[in-house]
Amino acid sequence: MAHSVSFDICQRDSDYENLEQDEPGQDSFQHVGEPAASTQRRPEIFGMDFITERSDSSSDSSTSDETLDGGPESSLQRHGWSAATLRVLSSMPSRSAGPNSNAEVRWRGSKSRRPSQHHPSRPNQDDVVRAKVVEITPEENKKQQLVSNLRGLSVSERLRKLRAMPLSLADKMEIRRLAFSDVAESSLIDRDIPCYSLLSVYISRSWRHCMFGCLSVLSSLQLWHSPMKKLSGRFGTGVLSYFLFLRTLLLLNLLLFVITGLFLVFPQAVNPPSLYDSHQDTFTGLELLTGTGYLSQSVMFYGHYTNTMIKSQMPYSIPAAYFFTITIAFFITCIILVYNVSTSLGRRFHVLKSHGILAVKVFCSWDFKVSKRTSVRLQSEKISTQLKELLSEMIGGEEEKSCMQRFGRLMVHLVAWVTCLACIVLGAMAIHYLSESNYEAVLKHSAFKETELLLMSAAVSGFNLLLPGLFNLCAWVEKHDSPSVRVYVSIFRNLLLKVSIVVVLCFHWLGRIAVEPESHGLQCWENSVGQELYRLLLMDFIFTVLYTFLGEFLWRLFTKQVLRRKRKPVFDIARNVLELIYGQTLTWLGVLFAPLLPAVQILKLIVLFYMKKSSLLLNCQASRKPWRASQMTTVFISLLCFPSFLGAAVSVTYTIWMIKPSPGCGPFRNLTTMFQSGQLWARELQDAHPVMSWLSWAYNFLVEKPFFLFLVSGVLLMVIYFHTQVVDGQRRIISRLEKQIENEGKDKKFLITKLQGLYEQSSQVFPDR
Amino acid sequence: MISLYLQDCTYFTRKEILRLFYRYRDLAPQLVPLDYTNHPDVKLPYELIGSMPELKDNPFRQRIAEVFSEDGEGNMTLDDFLDMFSVLSEMAPRDLKAYYAFKIYDFNNDDFICKSDLEKTLNKLTRNELTEDEVRMVCEKVIDEADLDNDGRLSLEDFQHMIVRAPEFLR
Repeated sequence: MAHSVSFDICQRDSDYENLEQDEPGQDSFQHVGEPAASTQRRPEIFGMDFITERSDSSSDSSTSDETLDGGPESSLQRHGWSAATLRVLSSMPSRSAGPNSNAEVRWRGSKSRRPSQHHPSRPNQDDVVRAKVVEITPEENKKQQLVSNLRGLSVSERLRKLRAMPLSLADKMEIRRLAFSDVAESSLIDRDIPCYSLLSVYISRSWRHCMFGCLSVLSSLQLWHSPMKKLSGRFGTGVLSYFLFLRTLLLLNLLLFVITGLFLVFPQAVNPPSLYDSHQDTFTGLELLTGTGYLSQSVMFYGHYTNTMIKSQMPYSIPAAYFFTITIAFFITCIILVYNVSTSLGRRFHVLKSHGILAVKVFCSWDFKVSKRTSVRLQSEKISTQLKELLSEMIGGEEEKSCMQRFGRLMVHLVAWVTCLACIVLGAMAIHYLSESNYEAVLKHSAFKETELLLMSAAVSGFNLLLPGLFNLCAWVEKHDSPSVRVYVSIFRNLLLKVSIVVVLCFHWLGRIAVEPESHGLQCWENSVGQELYRLLLMDFIFTVLYTFLGEFLWRLFTKQVLRRKRKPVFDIARNVLELIYGQTLTWLGVLFAPLLPAVQILKLIVLFYMKKSSLLLNCQASRKPWRASQMTTVFISLLCFPSFLGAAVSVTYTIWMIKPSPGCGPFRNLTTMFQSGQLWARELQDAHPVMSWLSWAYNFLVEKPFFLFLVSGVLLMVIYFHTQVVDGQRRIISRLEKQIENEGKDKKFLITKLQGLYEQSSQVFPDR
Repeated sequence: MISLYLQDCTYFTRKEILRLFYRYRDLAPQLVPLDYTNHPDVKLPYELIGSMPELKDNPFRQRIAEVFSEDGEGNMTLDDFLDMFSVLSEMAPRDLKAYYAFKIYDFNNDDFICKSDLEKTLNKLTRNELTEDEVRMVCEKVIDEADLDNDGRLSLEDFQHMIVRAPEFLR
């Protein structure tokens, strides 16, 4: 960081103190009387033993330097500054801080810098030799400074600082040799404990070797590292953020799968329940799709799990394991997500000021990951379009729209929003109706084929696929002013659609089915809910595959062959990420009812990765729309955490706490709520080991009593409030400091002009000086 | 011993340093000896460096080579080569990259990004697609926005201050 203690990069002034004389006229070791052959040279510098001024860009300077036209504007032109002014400037504390602080040593390009700049006069040999001779001493000083600074640190800190130093590699090796040789030397000198320090040096060195070895292995193991590099080279960081998100989800699901697999699925699979319904023996392929039949009796679904204790070496209670595994898995996922969200939000808070957009765009919008030639060209076009847009905004200001135009635009927006909302409501109602009619059909014992079960899931996936297209159309008609507004609006609409669908489904499951399972003709409602979630997940996957194939591949062929257009379809990042979030929400909702659902999601994500990758490489081209990758990543992770995970956690908590499990199946058969199993287990533990009674006492005292919870939440809220106030205060301080820096700049300008004015006056009075 | 020093001074492991050495050698096998213990003074000309696939299409490749080379012209020794890739790698911290980015954008090497430097940067970024007027306006606006000490050009502190506000920088 620029504000770190030592090796402050801000000390670059000292960098060019002695060396890198861009124009030989700057070289103070020149003879005073050397004629100024170039008109770009400065006026002579009288008897200066040290050079501390820096040369200006020669393109800045115009004609003659000696003549001062007078007046404050011209005296600010640096080529017109006199020697005394320059001397004063160069001895300013900010510029002469070099030898006394953590200076840098730069030898790079010191000797033959920029021969492209033509200077008619070159320093003669004597000067060069003299320059070299005199140069070395301050150089050596600085190097010694650096080395002594390094020596004062621990080994790891030393290495870190050495690597982060902006020096050439040769210099760094030199400094390393000097700085680290002292470790060995001092250990030899110190006779009291020579063995210990030598041993510690040896250990640290071999540990470093180990670490490097492990790190290289780990980095090569990083999942999908090279395909993602290829994609980012072609499409940029926006598309890369989608695949990074996919990988994050995969790792989360893997964690979930490992936890549930180890503690829940494996013990039950090893000890299958005794009753075995031979009715379900026949296995048809359709069952993989619908989740009924053979699968419903497997470890996949809730109904398979028994409410007994497995009597093996260690008594293992399945109900308690079920309850605790799910809760602990959710808890761990919550911690991971909150940590991710907070770190990405923390990074975003660096953006404190809203202006400065143009400068940031010029310097920071170049995507260095892009390496393919066409993509590079595309990126240049993108940046130039953005710059043109920004310029037109800044110059033109707000377009003066007439009243009619504004009203017209408002109407268009209104109509578009009404359309979208109406579609969403219609979709939700259709889903509701379908789910109700599904069970009525079962109740009426009509021609009930298993394929009918798929109808609802297909309808849901269909809505998820088609309605976003409609939203895109509306957005195209609306023509928002700024592209980021467009992106946010489309994300919001898609999110609203998915949230409403999931809410309708949850209401149907938890509000209708779970409450009165018999009226729907279900013996094991958890099983059916789990099966529905499984079907939804699978249908979603199938529809995505179909869309990728039809939407992208065939569409590309169509446009190429029939329409003969060169434009390939563009990868819609927001929509794809929202689909991922939707799938993950379903997984989290379903893990309680189908513990192996994370495995299905893992397989789905792996296939999705390769499919999307090949589809992108074959069919799509990079987007022309600007995409703020890091901001979007923050938005996506927050979306994953807040509506998605929170909603799933709330539903699962509600299910565990409030809803009566079905009496005929599952590990919570005879209990009033699933939560009761945890309580029973705790009581049993207390009975078996009276030592643990303090645990239950603590639980009863802390968690069951609301007062303690209120106290804790009150304290947390206060801490959060204090932190936000501190951040606000810091922001205010930063803006005040920035204003101060501006004022300092103005002061500097003012003083320089005054100084120059004084010098001019004195030189007029004493012309022979 | 030497590679241990190199490991400490760059962000690379021993294997990566060796791999980079072989890539350096592949650029000009007849110039680069396999044995570097005698520190041969070998410099590869800029044309070879600029033809590497990572740099080939980068509009700033010439400036990058110039900044990292010892002679300032783009002819790189092995040390310069390793240094360049170490700073450009993902493991280098942002401040180091910001420092070198400043040097890269500073076309006339005077420690400040003045208007002409900015104009050249813009032209390279946008492949000369903006008109003269637009380029001039953008440069003026950029200097207005980013110049904190009001000397009409961007110093390293101004540049770093601006970079801090942009989390997308070089990610």
